[in-house]
Amino acid sequence: MNAPPAAARYDCIVIGAGHNGLVCATRLAQAGRKVLVLEAAAQVGGAAVTREFHPGFRVSAGAHLLHLMSAELIREFKLSAHGLRYSGTQLPTTALLPGGGTLAIGAGMQGADAVAYAAYETRMRRFGAALGPVLAGVAPRLGTDRWADKLALLSLGWRIRRLGRKDMRELLRIGGMNVYDLLQEHFSSAVLQGALGLDAVLGSNFGPRSPGSVLTLLYRLAGESAARANGLAQPQGGMGALCDALAAAARAAGVTIRTDAPVARILVANDCASGVALQSGEQFAAGIVISNADPKTTFLQLLGARYLDNGFVRRVNHLRGKGLTAKLHLALAEAPRFAGVAAERIGGRLLIAPSLEHIEHAYNHAKYGEYSIEPVIEITVPTHNDQGLAPAGQHVLSAIVQYAPYALKGGWAGQRQAFSDLCVATLERYAPGIAKSILGCELLTPVDIEAKFRISGGHWHHADLALDQFLMVRPVPGATQHRTPLAGLYLCGAGCHPGGGVMGTAGGNAASQVLKQARAYG
Amino acid sequence: MDKPSAMPVDFRHPLQRTPFHERARALSQVDSFVPWSGYSTVDVFTTVEQEYFAVRNAATLYDLTPMVKYRIVGREAVPYLNRLITRDVTKLKVNRVAYCVWCNDAGHLVDDGTLFRSGESEYLLCTAERQIDWLLSSADGFEVEVAEITEQVAALALQGPTSCSVLKALGLAGIENLKPFEIGRFTFAGAPLSVSRTGFTGDLGYELWITPDSALTLWDALMTAGRSWGIRPIGSQALNMVRIEAGFILPNVDFVSAEHTIRTGRDRSPLEMGLGWLVDFDKGHFTGRRALLEEQRRGVARMLVGLDIAGNKPARDSLLYAAPTAKREIGSVTSAMWSPTCKRNIALAMVEAPHFKTGTRLWVDIYLNRELVWERRMCQALVVDRPFFAPERRRATPAADY
Repeated sequence: MNAPPAAARYDCIVIGAGHNGLVCATRLAQAGRKVLVLEAAAQVGGAAVTREFHPGFRVSAGAHLLHLMSAELIREFKLSAHGLRYSGTQLPTTALLPGGGTLAIGAGMQGADAVAYAAYETRMRRFGAALGPVLAGVAPRLGTDRWADKLALLSLGWRIRRLGRKDMRELLRIGGMNVYDLLQEHFSSAVLQGALGLDAVLGSNFGPRSPGSVLTLLYRLAGESAARANGLAQPQGGMGALCDALAAAARAAGVTIRTDAPVARILVANDCASGVALQSGEQFAAGIVISNADPKTTFLQLLGARYLDNGFVRRVNHLRGKGLTAKLHLALAEAPRFAGVAAERIGGRLLIAPSLEHIEHAYNHAKYGEYSIEPVIEITVPTHNDQGLAPAGQHVLSAIVQYAPYALKGGWAGQRQAFSDLCVATLERYAPGIAKSILGCELLTPVDIEAKFRISGGHWHHADLALDQFLMVRPVPGATQHRTPLAGLYLCGAGCHPGGGVMGTAGGNAASQVLKQARAYG
Repeated sequence: MDKPSAMPVDFRHPLQRTPFHERARALSQVDSFVPWSGYSTVDVFTTVEQEYFAVRNAATLYDLTPMVKYRIVGREAVPYLNRLITRDVTKLKVNRVAYCVWCNDAGHLVDDGTLFRSGESEYLLCTAERQIDWLLSSADGFEVEVAEITEQVAALALQGPTSCSVLKALGLAGIENLKPFEIGRFTFAGAPLSVSRTGFTGDLGYELWITPDSALTLWDALMTAGRSWGIRPIGSQALNMVRIEAGFILPNVDFVSAEHTIRTGRDRSPLEMGLGWLVDFDKGHFTGRRALLEEQRRGVARMLVGLDIAGNKPARDSLLYAAPTAKREIGSVTSAMWSPTCKRNIALAMVEAPHFKTGTRLWVDIYLNRELVWERRMCQALVVDRPFFAPERRRATPAADY
C-alpha cells in the first residue's frame, strides 16, 4: 500500500456527518486540527435530515422536534448566524382520546390531577436539572485512579445530595422503578398517565412496566434541562436545517466535509488507526479516526474483528440495539382535522397513547416479534408552523410510531403495507377524513432506517438505553469515554454516553477526549 | 463381547468409553479408572513405577482419545487462527504440528493445545479442555468453520525409545525419517492412519490418529508388533511423571484457565508461564496482544520455573521462601516429583519477581507424613531451566533403533 499523497492527509477524520459528527469536527477544528468529515449520503445530517418523501413534500426523516440540544452549544456555534431559525418553540402537547376528546397537557388542566401535575413536573424537572451535568459530561469510569473519574462520581453524589434529604430519597427510590408504577402514584387520569408515560418509552425497548423506564424518562428530562430555553422546538425547514447550520459552522471553523463518500473500512498501521478507505478505493490518512457510526458498524464492519480481541467483539455482538420505532410520513391534500384539537395546538405534539395499559399492550406485541395492533403515536404537523415544507395549502404529517420491531416475525417486506394501513386507520379514528386526503405515504421501519441511515438495527439510540448500557458501561466495557481498544480510533455517536436524541453532547465530549489524549501524549 | 458403543451413556453411567476401552479393561490389573473429559480412562494398569520406566526404556501405549479435538476449515482459517493463538500460524506448513496457547483480552491463558495443519486451509486443534464457545465466538467475522470431532477420532500415543522400532515392525515404511512435529500419512488395514511425531513425554514418541472402527485392530497390531520391544499400556499417573520431567504444563495443575478462575489474580499469562517464546508480537493482532505488550513493558510479576530441590522428598504443594526464616511466601510449587531418570528432586513452581531468575536460591517448605507423624523440612532449592530431561533421541532424525 503506497502512502497517500500529502493532500489526503488530515489530523482527524470523522466518519459520518450526523449532528454528533459535525459537532465533534467543529470542536476539533476550533482547537486547530485539520479535520475531514466523510458522509456516505448526499446530504449531511445522518438521521437528522429533511428529505423529500413525495414530490413537493419534505419532512424531518428521523426526530422531528428539537428539545435536547443544549442552548449553550447553539449559542457557542452561532447556529442562528449560520441559518438556524425556528418555525415554532415551546410547542404544546395534546393527548388525543378515542372518541374525540383531548387533554391539553400543562397549564390549564383542571382538577386534582392538575395540582398533582404541577408538583410532579416541578420535582421531575429538578431531578432532570440535577442529573443534567452528569449526562452532559464524559461518563466517569469506576475503579480507576484518575482524578477526573473520581471527581465526576463525587460531583454526581453531591448533586443528588444537594437536592435535599426528601428529594434525594425520592430520586433514589424512583431511579430503578418503572414509569407505570410511578405515574400510578401521582395521577388518576388514564390519558394523562399515558401521555406522560410515552416520553419514557419513546425510542426505547421498553413498555411502561419495564424496569428502568423511569431512568429513560429522567434521561430525557436531564437532556431537556440543558435545552430548556426553547422547550419543544421545530427548526425552520425541518431537522435538516439544524444540521445544515451545524455544517456551516463546521466549514466556518475550517472543517472539510465530503458527502457521497461512504467509508469502506478504517485503516490500521502498527496497531493504530491510520486513516480510512472509501468504497470508491480512495484513501485518506489521519492519526485519529472518529466514528459517528454505531458501535456495531464501527467495530464489526468498518474496523473488523481481526483487529479486536475476542471478548470485546463478543460484548459488541451482544450490545442490544434493535429498533422498535417506525416513522410515518403523510403528504396531505389539506390540513388534517383532529377532533377536538384547538387550532393553536395543531402545530404542537399530538399523542395517541390514551393509557399506560394501551402502551403496555402495544409493547406486548413487540416482545414477541409482532407489530402493535394498536400502535402508540407521536404526531406533528410540521407544515402548520412551516408551510415551506409542502406546496401551498397542502400539508405534511410526521408521526413516530411504536412498536414496530426490527426483527419482525416474517420480515417487513410483506408486512410494511399492512402496518402502514393500520397506522393510517388509527389516525383516521382521531382525524376523520385524513385517509382520503393522503397524496403520498412513506413508512420507515427500523429495517428501512438501518438501510437508509446506516444504523445497525435501525435504533435511534444506536443501542438501547438501559441501566446495563448506560454511563460507564456504554456502549460496552472497553469502549467507554469515547476511546476504543484501537489507539487513535474514537466513537462520537449515539452509541456513546449519553445516547441518542438530537443533542450533540456525545460529539462534543468525543472531541474533548481526543484533545485531552493528544495533550497527554504530546 | 459387546462393542464399547453398546454401553449406554446415561445418568447411571455418565462416562463414555473410548474405542480402546475393551482392551484397557482386559489389561487393567488394579482396576484403576478415572474420568477425563467425560470418558473413563486408566489411571494405572499395573504399577506406576513399571509404567514410568517403560516410557523411558521401552515403548508405551496411552489412550488419548478424550483429548478434545476441533476441526477448523475455511478460506480464512489462517487469519482466524492467527487472531486466536499467540504464535504465527502462517509459519506452520502443511503436515506440521505446533504447540500453542491462546489468551483472553487480558492476555491471560485460556488453554494450551497442539495445532495440526492437515491441509492447505484445514487444521486440527487438540486441547485439554472443551473450548467450543471460545472458538466459535472467535470465528465471528471470519469465513471459517469450527466443529468438534473428538468422537470421530481414536487417538493413541506410542511413546518411548523403542517406539520407532515398533512402528517399523508394524510396517510403516519410512517412519524413521518423520521429523519432530511432522505428520505422516499411512494406510493401516485399509484405513487411513495419521502418525505425528509428537507427545507429552519429552521422549522419542508418536501419536497415532485413526477412525474409531479401526481402533481395536490398531491396538492389537501395535501390541503384537511391540512384543519384543517391551511395549505396555500406561495410565495417566505415569504420564504425569514423565511430563514433569519434560517440563510440560497441565491445565488445572500448573495454571487455571482464565475462563474458569473466580478469584482475581489467579489468571496466568503465557509470559508468566515461561511461554513467551510462543508469543509473536510481530505477526499482527491477536486476542490479548495489547495486554501482553503492556505486561511485557511492565515486566512480569511472577514466572513458572523449574526447581532442583535438595533431598529426595517430593515438594508437593509446598510454599517457597527467600530465606529459611522468612515469613512471606514468594511462591508455591505446582507439580513436584523425585525423578528416577534424572536422579533429582524436581518441581515446577510459580515464583514471584525477582526471585525467578535461573540460579536463584530459594527455600522450599516440605511436609512429610511419616506413619501419620508430620515432619517439616526446609530444603534449599535452585531455580533451573526446563526441561529437566531432554534426551538427544527425542529430536534425532532418522529416529534410532533401540
